[in-house]
Amino acid sequence: MLEDKDRIFKNLYNDFSSDLLSAKKRGDWSKTKDICEKGRDWIINEIKDSQLRGRGGAGFPTGLKWSFAPKEVGSRPHYLVINADESEPGTCKDRDILRFEPHKLIEGCLISSYAVNAHVCYIYIRGEYIAEGAKLQKAIDEAYESGLIGKNSCGTGWDLDIYLHYGAGAYICGEETALLESLEGKKGQPRLKPPFPALIGLYGCPTIINNVETISVVPTILRRGAKWFSSLGRERNTGTKIYCISGNVNNPCNVEEEMGVPLKDLIEKHAGGVVGGWDNLKAVIPGGSSMPLLPKHICDTIKMDFDACVENKTGLGTAGIVVINNDQDIIKCMARIARFYKHESCGQCTPCREGSGWMWRMLERMAKGEASREEVDMLMDVTKQIEGHTICAFGEGSSWPVQGLLRHFKKEIEERNNFNPLVNRGQKNPYLVDQHLLEKENA
Amino acid sequence: MSLKKVSKNQPETFEFNEEALGVAKKIISNYPNGKQQSAVMALLYIAQRQNNNWIPLAAMKYIAKYLNMPYIKVYEVATFYTMYNLSPVGEYFIQVCTTTPCMLRGAYKLVNICKNKISKKESEISKDGKMSWMEVECLGACVNAPMMQINDDYFEDLNEIKLEKIIDNIKEGRKIEPGSYKGRKSSEPENNRSTLMESKNA
Repeated sequence: MLEDKDRIFKNLYNDFSSDLLSAKKRGDWSKTKDICEKGRDWIINEIKDSQLRGRGGAGFPTGLKWSFAPKEVGSRPHYLVINADESEPGTCKDRDILRFEPHKLIEGCLISSYAVNAHVCYIYIRGEYIAEGAKLQKAIDEAYESGLIGKNSCGTGWDLDIYLHYGAGAYICGEETALLESLEGKKGQPRLKPPFPALIGLYGCPTIINNVETISVVPTILRRGAKWFSSLGRERNTGTKIYCISGNVNNPCNVEEEMGVPLKDLIEKHAGGVVGGWDNLKAVIPGGSSMPLLPKHICDTIKMDFDACVENKTGLGTAGIVVINNDQDIIKCMARIARFYKHESCGQCTPCREGSGWMWRMLERMAKGEASREEVDMLMDVTKQIEGHTICAFGEGSSWPVQGLLRHFKKEIEERNNFNPLVNRGQKNPYLVDQHLLEKENA
Repeated sequence: MSLKKVSKNQPETFEFNEEALGVAKKIISNYPNGKQQSAVMALLYIAQRQNNNWIPLAAMKYIAKYLNMPYIKVYEVATFYTMYNLSPVGEYFIQVCTTTPCMLRGAYKLVNICKNKISKKESEISKDGKMSWMEVECLGACVNAPMMQINDDYFEDLNEIKLEKIIDNIKEGRKIEPGSYKGRKSSEPENNRSTLMESKNA
C-alpha cells in the first residue's frame, strides 16, 4: 500500500482548507520559479522520464504530447486547455481536485503553459460543477492577487492568463476536439483527426489538451523528481492515481493509490468491501462506464494499471470503479449504461447515433426476457458495426460495455431470452431490416 | 441524442438587464478579439438565469445579435446542450441522477418519490408551481450516490426519507441545505478511512 508521504493530493478529503496559505503549507507553489528556470526541454524530458500517462482515460504519455507542440511560436499563439469536463459515469476524481486542491491545478497550468509556450490557458469545466467552479475561480483570483499568475507569473517572466469556461451538460465535450468546438461556441461535435490539436486546435492554433489530474500532478513530479514518480508502480504504468470506488460497496470513496494496486485491495481495504461480502460480487466496471466489465474470477487477481487492464480486454480509463453485486440485475445495469450513451451521442456519425439507440432498446428487451435467442448474436453484430466506424472514440465507448457483457454474461442473457426468433424461414412475415441475420446460413 | 421541446408560450422580447450586460462584457473579454462567439454558452446561461431558469427564443435572437452571429447557430447550441431549459421549469428544478452508479444505490426509489410528491410525469411543473423534476445522466458525484441537483446545488448521499423531507421543506417554504445527507465533507470513506491518517488529526 502507498505510504502517506508519497501521496500527492494531501487534501483529498478536505481536512485542510483549499486556500493559498494552506496550499503553500502543503508544499504547493514552492520552487515554481526554479523549475521554470531549468527550461522547457528539461521540464518535458523530466515528464517523459517520469512516464506519466494521461489520467483522462486514454492514457497517452504526457511528455510525448507536449513535445508535439511546435518548439517556436510562429504567427499563431499557443493554447493550453484543461479538460475538467468530467462526466464519465463512475468518475468523480476531478471534482475533488477542483474543490479541494485547486492550487495544484493552477500551479500545474503555469508550468505546463511555460513548457508548451502558451500564454493563455482555458479550463473547460462541466456546467453542473457550479460550486466547484466558484471555488476554482476563487483560487485563480487569489493566485492573480499574489502575482503567481498574470504578468510575470511567479517571477518567471512568463505571462499567463487562466480563464474558466463552463460547459452545459454534454458528455461528448470530454472528447478533446469536441471540447475545442464547444470552446469556440459551437455544438460539441468531434473533429476529424488528423490534423491533431497539437498543431491545429483552438481557433486553428496549436493547442495542448490535458486532464485535470494529469496537470495537477506535474508540479509534484518536477519537485520530487521523475525518479521518485517512476519508482511507484511498474514500467510504463508509473505513479499514483485517484481511484473512485462507487456502487455496491460498504464505504464508497475516492482514494489515491499506487498504480497497479490489486483491485481486491482497493475494494476491501479502502471501500469497506462489497455489500454482502466478496463472494457476493458479480462484476466490476474498472474504468468508468465505457470500459468492458470484469466478472468476479478476474477481479480476484487483477491489478489496476493501464497494461494489466488491456491484457484482460478492458481498460483503466479514468479509474472509476463501479462495483456490482449479485443483488443487481447485470443486464439491466448495462441497459442503463446503453441508455446513457444513446442520450449522449452527439448525432454526427450515423453508426453511433442510430446504433446506440438499437443497443439500448435490445438490452432493455433482453433485461425483460422479451428478446429472441438469435438477437444475442445480432447485438454483438451491432456493436461491431459501431466500433471503429465513427469519428471519435465514443463509438468504442458505447459498444465496449455491451461487448463486455456479451463476453462474460452471454449465458445469463441466453437463459433469460430463450425463445425462437419471431421470423423463421418460409414464414410470411413482413421483411425485417435485420432478417438476413436471423437466417442461419447468413449469420 | 436528447429531444428538447421548445415552449409554445414565448415572450415577444428579451433584453439583458444591466447586471447581465456587465457579466456578459467581462466574459467576452476572456476570448481573443473577433472570437466573441466563444461566449455564446455563457451568455445563454446568463439569459437562463435572468429569465426564471429557461431560455425563450427571443433571448437566442438577442444573443445572436449581441455576438454578431447567425441566429441558427445560437439555436443549435441551445438545443444541443442539456443544461439549457427551453421551456419553463419549477422554481426549484430537481434533477435526479439515474445513471448506473446512482441506480445501483437506489436512484429509482428517489424517482418514485418525485413522481408521487411532485408530478407524475417528468418535466411537468407541480400544482403549486414550485417544483419540477427530471431524470438526468451522470452528474459526476458517483461516490456520493444517490444524488440530485436542485438548482445550483448538489444534494448527496440521499435516501427516500431524506428526499421526502427535502420536498416537504420546499413545499413549506423552509430553507434546504445542500451537501451530503450523511454528514460527509468530501469523498472520504464514511467510516474507517485507511489513508491520510495524519491529516485527519491535523
